[in-house]
Amino acid sequence: MLKSLRSRAAPLASSTHQIKTLEGGGFKNATLRTFDEALKLQGTWPLKPRALDILQVNLGYMCNQTCAHCHVDAAPDRKEIMGLDTLKKVLAVAKKTEVPTLDLTGGAPEMNPHFRWLIETAREEGIKEIIVRSNLTILEANASYKTLPEFFKKHKLRVISSLPHYSMKRTDKQRGEGVFSKSITALQKLNALGYGNDPELILDLVYNPSGAFLSADQAGLEKDFKTKLETLFGISFNQLFCINNLPISRFLEYLIASENYDAYMETLIESFNPATLSGVMCTNTLSVGWDGTLYDCDFNQMLELTVESSSNHIDNFNLDCLLARTIRVNQHCYGCTAGAGSSCQGSLI
Amino acid sequence: MSDTYYNPKDLKNFKNISEWSAPLGEAFFSYYQKVFEEGALSAREKSLIALAVAHVVKCPYCIDAYTQDALKRGIEEEEMMEAVHAGAAIEAGATLVHAVQMMNKHDKLSL
Repeated sequence: MLKSLRSRAAPLASSTHQIKTLEGGGFKNATLRTFDEALKLQGTWPLKPRALDILQVNLGYMCNQTCAHCHVDAAPDRKEIMGLDTLKKVLAVAKKTEVPTLDLTGGAPEMNPHFRWLIETAREEGIKEIIVRSNLTILEANASYKTLPEFFKKHKLRVISSLPHYSMKRTDKQRGEGVFSKSITALQKLNALGYGNDPELILDLVYNPSGAFLSADQAGLEKDFKTKLETLFGISFNQLFCINNLPISRFLEYLIASENYDAYMETLIESFNPATLSGVMCTNTLSVGWDGTLYDCDFNQMLELTVESSSNHIDNFNLDCLLARTIRVNQHCYGCTAGAGSSCQGSLI
Repeated sequence: MSDTYYNPKDLKNFKNISEWSAPLGEAFFSYYQKVFEEGALSAREKSLIALAVAHVVKCPYCIDAYTQDALKRGIEEEEMMEAVHAGAAIEAGATLVHAVQMMNKHDKLSL
């Protein structure tokens, strides 16, 4: 089984090393245009937030899977988990700001020991939409986790799950041997509870390209996924979100090791689409790290690029300050603005 | 100038053909874009046809481009290879059907 960069003590486990890599090569010798230069040419620098619509909370980096492309470097060996005190502060912020959506991610967010408490409390406090980004296999991991689909249904969680392909070969290559079969079983169980069919039980899938290429048109892929999953496994779902792989963490390691890094960065830059800028997720989302630190997005979190604001932690959360901040960008941001754009909610245009 | 006739970097410069003849170049690229849009055939089906033809005409640029396009569209390896075989079979058939001409000529000239 693949291990995390952290447990292998790989140089890219360091966010400093990742940023140095991203800022090197063609960006350093000015043969490639940096992302902030691209924004300046469009008259969209500095990038500013529009609103706070989504509070995306990373409940920890522990995961039962070790996917080859993971930007979190999540794995079973990661021990960073959001504690109860921090979770209480997150809920207090969510309540005070009346943020419409609480988006729970990880790692496997279900592995946080306070996961059920968090959902029950968030529902009591009236948060409109709660998203759980489930890797699906955790729902098949043991007897305790196997009751989660019912729990999801009870609290009407919106489930967003990764499934990079409708074939076992491509899915297992990216996410690990045996992942596809367990994912299909979990999806069938979710369907049996009404997910993907009942309008109140939303089940979306996420498509990440399984290699050094970008996603094709989201609508076309969604059509193919729906036809194949229905025909082969009787599975239905709501939407397919296409998310580009950003050149950080384990995907960055793969790009470098496979000698695809330069070509991939060139593709991202050539595919830069200014029309995506008004919708990039950092303009309406805040990412909360497992220790309460605030970031512009989950990717900046992994690069340890803390928000540029005096309010940079859940302890000193100040929405006005945060909405006045300048969003921190680096070369990885080209991943969200390539082609039709990419975000945790899929294509942007 | 490259030391080889084919240079992968040339693919990115394909659009430059318009520099020497803008009306023809622009007309071609407009037509090209239109051809591969969703229509009576899906963009996915057209991508597989393009991949097969790329092999038949033995265009390394096209093979590069349409292998990437197939990956982006989630097209599986088996589908890609079957498309190439379909192209290869037509190409082989086109050669072999000429054997009828050979046979006809043979028979005409033989006692």
